[in-house]
Amino acid sequence: MSSESLPSSGFRLSLPVLFGYIPLGIAFGVLFSELGYHWLWATAMGAFIYAGAAQFLAVGLIANQAGLFEVFVAVFLLNARHLVYGLSLISRLGLRGWRRWYLIFALTDETYSLLTALERQAPSLRDRLQVRIAALNQLYWVLGCTLGAWLGSQLPLPTEGAEFALPALFMVLTLEQYRHVRKPLLFLLALLIGLVALFISPDQMLLISVLLAVSLLLMAKGGERWNRLRIF
Amino acid sequence: MEPTAYLLAFIALAALATFLTRALPFLLLAGHAEHEWLQFLGRFLPPVLMVLLLVYALKTPLVSGVGLAQSLLALALVVLLHLTLRNALVSILGGTAGYMLMVQQWMPL
Repeated sequence: MSSESLPSSGFRLSLPVLFGYIPLGIAFGVLFSELGYHWLWATAMGAFIYAGAAQFLAVGLIANQAGLFEVFVAVFLLNARHLVYGLSLISRLGLRGWRRWYLIFALTDETYSLLTALERQAPSLRDRLQVRIAALNQLYWVLGCTLGAWLGSQLPLPTEGAEFALPALFMVLTLEQYRHVRKPLLFLLALLIGLVALFISPDQMLLISVLLAVSLLLMAKGGERWNRLRIF
Repeated sequence: MEPTAYLLAFIALAALATFLTRALPFLLLAGHAEHEWLQFLGRFLPPVLMVLLLVYALKTPLVSGVGLAQSLLALALVVLLHLTLRNALVSILGGTAGYMLMVQQWMPL
């Protein structure tokens, strides 16, 4: 690949994200406009939070004036899957300084999947493409959020029920997870834990259920090791 | 709290929580990425978290019963769309449009 084709190749790689982020960003922006805040706040959320699911969740949390502790816990747990992306990228991130921290900040699901697709490029080219792709993707997202919030503030849209985008998103993410981890029992158990936690305390459901699930997973893992040692 | 102050604090905390999930592995685990238990959690925690978040997102209909039938019908639509077309955006927007039609026209809450 010649160096002149570099800009376009980063752009070309990011095109699928363009077609995904603009409409999804618009959907977020329209939903956000229901809250009655200025559209610039949607721009700020896209620029500083930059996480699709978390921003959809945020609309519901703001509407309910949720406590800030719950906000922090919910957003952290919602994005906890990013911990896994980071783990798998540690050895592949060559950049240093602000570029490295920007890449880490901008590590969305889609950017992660594009970055892992750059594996076979030469390191110097890879590093430049990584930052370019991450920045283009965020640009699409911020544009979508802004456009949606602006449109929503100009036109009275019948948005009742639009908040269903959040459960719909999690349903899709669950189905995608099932394609990788085909353990129906694991999914059923998670559903049961979620319902039990909801029954115990609707307000602290997320924290209770995640603690319960992590404990059970670690116990299952420990059990496997004991079993190998034939303790039981 | 004043609306603007609340929103500022909200965005700051949400941004910090999101950044932490992306940065913690690089800050803490640089040498341990291959650890067996981390690999185990990395494989099985994401599917569990998605199911828990699905339940969390349906908290209101599940606890109050209001809109539960509409939610379950719309979820079935999401599953149907996703199993046939496998396009995340189509599944999400289609399911949401179905739910909006139900609560606005066919089965008001």
